[in-house]
Amino acid sequence: MSAFLTVHNLSAVLHGFDQRVLRSVSFSIDTGEVLGLVGESGAGKSMIGKAILGILPSAISIIEGEILLDGQDLQKMKPADRRRLIGATAALIPQDPLTALNPSRRIEPQITNRLVDILGWIKSDARVRAMELLNEVHIDNPERVMASYPHELSGGMRQRVLIASAFAANPKLVIADEPTTALDVTVQKQILRLIRELQARHSTAMVFVTHDLGVVSKVCQRLSVLYGGKIIENSSVPDFFQGPKHAYSRALLAATPKYTDPDASLLPVDEAVIEAVAAEVLAADKEWRHGA
Amino acid sequence: MKLLRAILVRLATMSVTLIGAAVVVFFVIRVVPGNPIAMMLPPGASEEDIARLTAHYGLDKTIFQQFGIWLSGVFQGDFGTSISLRQPVMPLVLGRLPATLELAIFALVIAVVIGGALALTGVRHRETRTETAVDVANGVGLSIPDFLWALILIVLFGVLMPIFHISGRISPSLDLPFVTQFYVFESLFRLRFDLWWDLLKHMFMPALALAIPLAAIISQLLKQSLKETMHLDYVTLSRTKGYSENHVILSEALPNAVLPTLTLIGVQFTFLIGGTVIIERLFSYEGLGNMAIDAVINRDLPLIQGIVIVFALLFTIINLVVDMTYALLNPRLRHA
Ligand SMILES: Nc1ncnc2c1ncn2[C@@H]1O[C@H](COP(=O)(O)OP(=O)(O)OP(=O)(O)O)[C@@H](O)[C@H]1O
Ligand SMILES: [Mg+2]
Repeated sequence: MSAFLTVHNLSAVLHGFDQRVLRSVSFSIDTGEVLGLVGESGAGKSMIGKAILGILPSAISIIEGEILLDGQDLQKMKPADRRRLIGATAALIPQDPLTALNPSRRIEPQITNRLVDILGWIKSDARVRAMELLNEVHIDNPERVMASYPHELSGGMRQRVLIASAFAANPKLVIADEPTTALDVTVQKQILRLIRELQARHSTAMVFVTHDLGVVSKVCQRLSVLYGGKIIENSSVPDFFQGPKHAYSRALLAATPKYTDPDASLLPVDEAVIEAVAAEVLAADKEWRHGA
Repeated sequence: MKLLRAILVRLATMSVTLIGAAVVVFFVIRVVPGNPIAMMLPPGASEEDIARLTAHYGLDKTIFQQFGIWLSGVFQGDFGTSISLRQPVMPLVLGRLPATLELAIFALVIAVVIGGALALTGVRHRETRTETAVDVANGVGLSIPDFLWALILIVLFGVLMPIFHISGRISPSLDLPFVTQFYVFESLFRLRFDLWWDLLKHMFMPALALAIPLAAIISQLLKQSLKETMHLDYVTLSRTKGYSENHVILSEALPNAVLPTLTLIGVQFTFLIGGTVIIERLFSYEGLGNMAIDAVINRDLPLIQGIVIVFALLFTIINLVVDMTYALLNPRLRHA
């Protein structure tokens, strides 16, 4: 099995600042594999997903490194070709289903537009495919949903629609950026199971961004721990839960709520650990500057 | 059922607005000094003549009696007789209205085209010098009022580089086959493009003067709301599907970003129509606004009343159209 996505030594900067927001990030994902990206808020998890999908904010640009999608170096492609390749092979499941659907458009075109406009399907085929997808995400009355506007659907329903839309073109890579954080707890579980189910059925490579190590243990095979835009630890999920190598990872794991000992998770991450990991990031920066 | 109620409520508020406008204008123009009869007669007319004419136009009665007479006439479709032109008011007003409507609509089209193009260009090239240039253009457009634009255009294109006509509605030497007063539409309908072109060449300068400030307002607001929309999640999501920047702006962002601009255009369009009064004067354009100024100068009370009522009716209709368009374009309202 070869890696479908390889990110190699990727660094990005915020314009006008000396500091990097992504610091020599490297990882790869095989077909059918799920990689968890964990780390505290602002660690750069979403930034990695955006870099892969070509939707970085205009103030942030990639200064070094490669993103190989299906063997092609995105950085070296013409923008139009890159957009097409990403649109045809990758997809995003966004965080907030309430804002990720166009409010003035019915559901059907929002599922089928990629197929029709980008991949050149004929409308009737795309419609059949949309029905199929809505069945796959366990929506009972696909006809009605397809004719609805987003505001007529519940949050959970909308996330199902977005998942259907993400899987519409049989993507080889799906990036799920905290796909359940905006939903209430009961719906979270269903959506999580659904994503897992579709991922397994289609053998999709997946980047799963989350705060929740509990979710990682259920969904992912491997995970990367991020701090300050730098990958602190790459590990397989079983190894990680046996005992993380890095002190910061251990602290993160200790801060995850456990049913057996709920109080323990209320302790904040030890400041000394944070200082150590911050110092490590800075040291790596210094070394990187010398190298450059 | 809901719809029916909404329509009834709407009609009721429209009638109240019209009656309010009628009452206000009727009393205000009678309170300000100036005697219409004195304006009509040559200097040195006898007391007797003045009294006779005053009685003829009913101006010797009390103000409330006058109002009662006028209002009962209005309900029978009779808006009185113009004192200065000695003709029934309504045919006069309706004869001039098309010229003003055509001018205002042409100005609106110019404003939407220029404003829209500026906004889209600014957003397409946001955070570059092009956007700065658009901002500067908007600032200039906004800080100079329409009548000053009129003077600037008259000097530039009427005097220094005389490419456009700066006076009148159509060249007086032309034979006019028109049966309606909607010359621009009728010339198109009759395939008389020579006349159509002559009309446009006359309308372009006054329409542009009216359009520039509105274009700047449209450009500013539309660019702002487009830029905000471009950051929304559904726009970002459509980028990941493989769409180009142009497609993302035009078909994902624009339909949602245009709604606030649409409401604003409605309000501003009524201001624009108000602006025709002075602009028509400056360009000697024979529309309702020009007639309104003459009516005021001559203290032609019935004519002023007729013009104001027609303007008020026009404004309420525009508001209605804007609200309906808004509801039509916004699915959240459509299903509410
Ligand atoms: N548009 C932007 N302009 C400038 N800086 C940004 C922008 N978006 C994000 N950043 C910065 O980039 C860093 C990484 O942000 P990112 O959104 O990837 O964090 P995250 O790990 O996804 O956090 P969260 O868990 O809160 O979603 C943060 O320090 C953030 O301040
Ligand atoms: Mg994030």
